[in-house]
Amino acid sequence: MNINWYLAVSALVFCIGAAGVLVRRNPLVILLCLELMLNAANLALIAFSRMHGNGDGQVFAVIVMVVAACEVCIGLGIVVAMYRRRLPIDVDEMRELHG
Amino acid sequence: MAAVFFFIAGLGAIAGAIGVVTTRNPFYAVLALVGHLLSLAALFLLLRAEFVAAAQVVVYAGAVMVLYVFVVAYVGGQADPVRVAGGPALKVGAVVFAALLAIELFIAVLGSGLKALDSEGAPYEAGFGTPGAIGELFLTRFLFPFEAASFLLLIAAVGAVVLARRRGGLVGGDPRDLAPVDVPRPLGTGTMREAVSGQVGTPAELAEPPVTAPAGDERGGW
Repeated sequence: MNINWYLAVSALVFCIGAAGVLVRRNPLVILLCLELMLNAANLALIAFSRMHGNGDGQVFAVIVMVVAACEVCIGLGIVVAMYRRRLPIDVDEMRELHG
Repeated sequence: MAAVFFFIAGLGAIAGAIGVVTTRNPFYAVLALVGHLLSLAALFLLLRAEFVAAAQVVVYAGAVMVLYVFVVAYVGGQADPVRVAGGPALKVGAVVFAALLAIELFIAVLGSGLKALDSEGAPYEAGFGTPGAIGELFLTRFLFPFEAASFLLLIAAVGAVVLARRRGGLVGGDPRDLAPVDVPRPLGTGTMREAVSGQVGTPAELAEPPVTAPAGDERGGW
């Protein structure tokens, strides 16, 4: 398969994830949509790595996975803290920064 | 043959992504994301990135998604409320924005005129994408990003514990919090069944005032 096709899949997944971040209001689902966008970027990186026959893109993809794991970790920690404070699990309710 | 596998995996990835965005129950959204990640791992294998595909399945679809499932079960996967925050205009606007972004990306990628994009990629060399090759890159050219990534993971782990811990410790708290089992669970405390059946509302919304909260019992403050 040509590299074009992989990039097309990557672009579609990225756009679906972006739409999800805008539409959904549950922070858990927003985190999932961020994962979608990061994974689309990973697919593009690995496609370009294959195109050049160079392993650097794969290293970049692994680092992106590390960053995504950290983001999930902190994001889920925030969701659990919201639940503990008995706040509604809804990003639109989190308008103010003061505790 | 590769084309067949590509279309199966690619359609699976796109379907999984659409499932994540459109499912109302976060529990099923997580399951859709697991399917999406597995399809993506198949695409990585087609691109000869064996190590990244294995890491994707083990770390992402395995560990990170288990963390998600636990938190969804704890929070009690509530479906989105019916109320639309920004009105239907926000939804339509988001879809239009995504469509425009897709068109722009397609123009940028397919119209770039890179000749290599129309090929199958560079000729395959033995050892490309194997754990050995990736590990060698990590320990030679990319040693600093490697160490920085490990430090970042450490910071994230500490940060998650600090964010989600119980404030004030357990001293003087409700002794029932110490009992690991056979406590009659109130609604919305995150059993797996509640998560699947789409328990709606946090305990605060269920009009159940905090049980036995004497003065000064600050449970879960910041």
